[in-house]
Amino acid sequence: MSLLEIENVTLKFGGLTAVDNLSFTVEEGEVFAIVGPNGAGKSTVFNLISRFYDPYAGQIRFDGHNLLEVKPSGVAAYGVARTFQNIELFEHATVLQNLLVGRHRHRKTNLFSEILFTPSARRQELENREKVEEVIDFLDLQAYRDKMIAGLPYGVRKVVEVARALSTDPKLLLLDEPASGLSVEETTDMRWWIDDIRRQMGITVLMVEHDMGLVSGVSDRVLAMADGAKLALGTPAEVQSHPAVIEAYLGKAS
Amino acid sequence: MRIVFKTDYMQDIRPWKDGYQLSLYLILLAVVFAAPWILDVFYLGELTNVLIWAIAGMGLMVLTGHTGQASLGHAAFLAFGCYSNVILLEAGVPFILAFPLAGVITGIIGALVAIPALRLHGIYLAIFTLAMSILVDDIIVLTEPWSGGVSGKYIAGIDLFGLSIDRWGTPMLFYWLVLAVTVIVALGYINLLRSPLGRSFIAVRDSEVSAQAMGVDIARTKTISFGLSCMVTGWAGAFMGMFAGAFNNETFSVVISIELLMMIVIGGLGSIHGAFFGAIVIGFLPQFLSIAKEYVGALFGGSTVAIPGLEFGIFGMILIAFILFEPMGIYGRWLKIRTFFELFPFYRKDMFKRQKSYLKTERLR
Ligand SMILES: Nc1ncnc2c1ncn2[C@@H]1O[C@H](COP(=O)(O)OP(=O)(O)O)[C@@H](O)[C@H]1O
Ligand SMILES: [Mg+2]
Repeated sequence: MSLLEIENVTLKFGGLTAVDNLSFTVEEGEVFAIVGPNGAGKSTVFNLISRFYDPYAGQIRFDGHNLLEVKPSGVAAYGVARTFQNIELFEHATVLQNLLVGRHRHRKTNLFSEILFTPSARRQELENREKVEEVIDFLDLQAYRDKMIAGLPYGVRKVVEVARALSTDPKLLLLDEPASGLSVEETTDMRWWIDDIRRQMGITVLMVEHDMGLVSGVSDRVLAMADGAKLALGTPAEVQSHPAVIEAYLGKAS
Repeated sequence: MRIVFKTDYMQDIRPWKDGYQLSLYLILLAVVFAAPWILDVFYLGELTNVLIWAIAGMGLMVLTGHTGQASLGHAAFLAFGCYSNVILLEAGVPFILAFPLAGVITGIIGALVAIPALRLHGIYLAIFTLAMSILVDDIIVLTEPWSGGVSGKYIAGIDLFGLSIDRWGTPMLFYWLVLAVTVIVALGYINLLRSPLGRSFIAVRDSEVSAQAMGVDIARTKTISFGLSCMVTGWAGAFMGMFAGAFNNETFSVVISIELLMMIVIGGLGSIHGAFFGAIVIGFLPQFLSIAKEYVGALFGGSTVAIPGLEFGIFGMILIAFILFEPMGIYGRWLKIRTFFELFPFYRKDMFKRQKSYLKTERLR
């Protein structure tokens, strides 16, 4: 059984078919990339997995669970974490607080024990700190720990978003254009981090990315999409040389 | 500049930064506790009033400042708290039970109101809650047998642990009672903010989509926030009733709702400090204005000028000034001044430059 199974999923926005009868599976332990021109429906696939939209048709299963049965807030509980293409951090909170929100799915205390800050609430906070601190060390965010998001440069925000997703201790990490807007050095860092996330942490990665260098550097398999539908699926080299993909990128004229 | 080195996780979890900060707060608490021996009866009453407004401010701050849900209807919850307290007391329930219950009842009403309000955002939520505030007047008139309707209700002193506590008879005791509740609410609020629930409030305020993606149930979180907010507001309402001594359907008008919201904006949204700073402004503005009026009156030949709505108008102008020049409120200004002195002479003018936030439309794509 695959970790994530997308089966014949279709989603329409009014007259526009954003995702068109799409099927693919993501296996445990791999890095799976989705590529395609702008408007191909890549982010929409992520939003479907996050349950922000109900598909018009099709099935989405994760780790044996039917995802279509859960609320958007229930997806994280199964171990799916994500980042957003247009960074969605908690602006008026510190980096540390942002990452701690990532621990929310592990919350064991209730309203009363938290308001009284009982020993169990204290113990939970200590555990949360330890986990979050590991992520901070891993992504080199020590210098920004107590900074407000609102004052951080773009590149740091991107990393904080990855850190927040990792703080949830996910099985599957969805990265929506992790390298867009990053400098060459920052992109290289991101590349090694994604490698480590898979190898050291054993987390499966599904990412949308335009940077073909990054995609072929880290991913095992690539799915190329255009107009919501599958164009090609295979190793990075196979997909890059696939005629339909070349056509979609270079236009019909060629 | 004081640099705090962090060497263990408890330093992040404790509400104070270091021993220095803790001792400042303890000194403040000691001074406030000793106020009845320092101030005369009039100013003690004013300070009591400020604390009651601060409780109400904390109530609204949870919802608006930390969960991002604007409410223009919180006077309705002041009223619910005030009336439940008095009705329970009249029914013979001792104060030690009646007062907490008044808050709990108001909290439950607030959570119920939250259910239809969940789908509303920003201005629509403000209009919805404003309507509530207007409605409560009618509710009080309609439920005359219990609420006393237009002729209103009175509350004399209450008994607590064998002590008779009365705003006029024993102002010191009433002050300490209000102070105790203020401190308890503030401590609970501090604990909330360093716990998962408080952080989920902030998450909902700043980005609902990513809060959801982190496993935060938006509807549930907003409902809890409404409930907690209204509970605390209910307590403030109960105290307002006891402070005023008499009240009717017009006491908790829409104007109070608006004042409450203005207060936390001026104080500084998203901080407990803001509730207190705002309460100080709201509490002492009438004093300040009457002194100013006398002064202006004397300038123009003796008679005091009486302009209806002057207080409210000036309050509105202060609010507009804050929104334009200091959106972070008094607390934000205080942080800047403090940073200026801590970093002196290295302060840069653009240190607190406002960041343009992204337009929140189309952000899922
Ligand atoms: N919430 C929405 N409402 C209407 N149309 C949408 C919405 N989200 C995406 N779309 C449209 O669906 C198509 C796919 O968008 P998207 O998945 O964001 O593409 P990309 O592959 O660039 O991430 C685009 O044409 C976009 O305009
Ligand atoms: Mg996209």
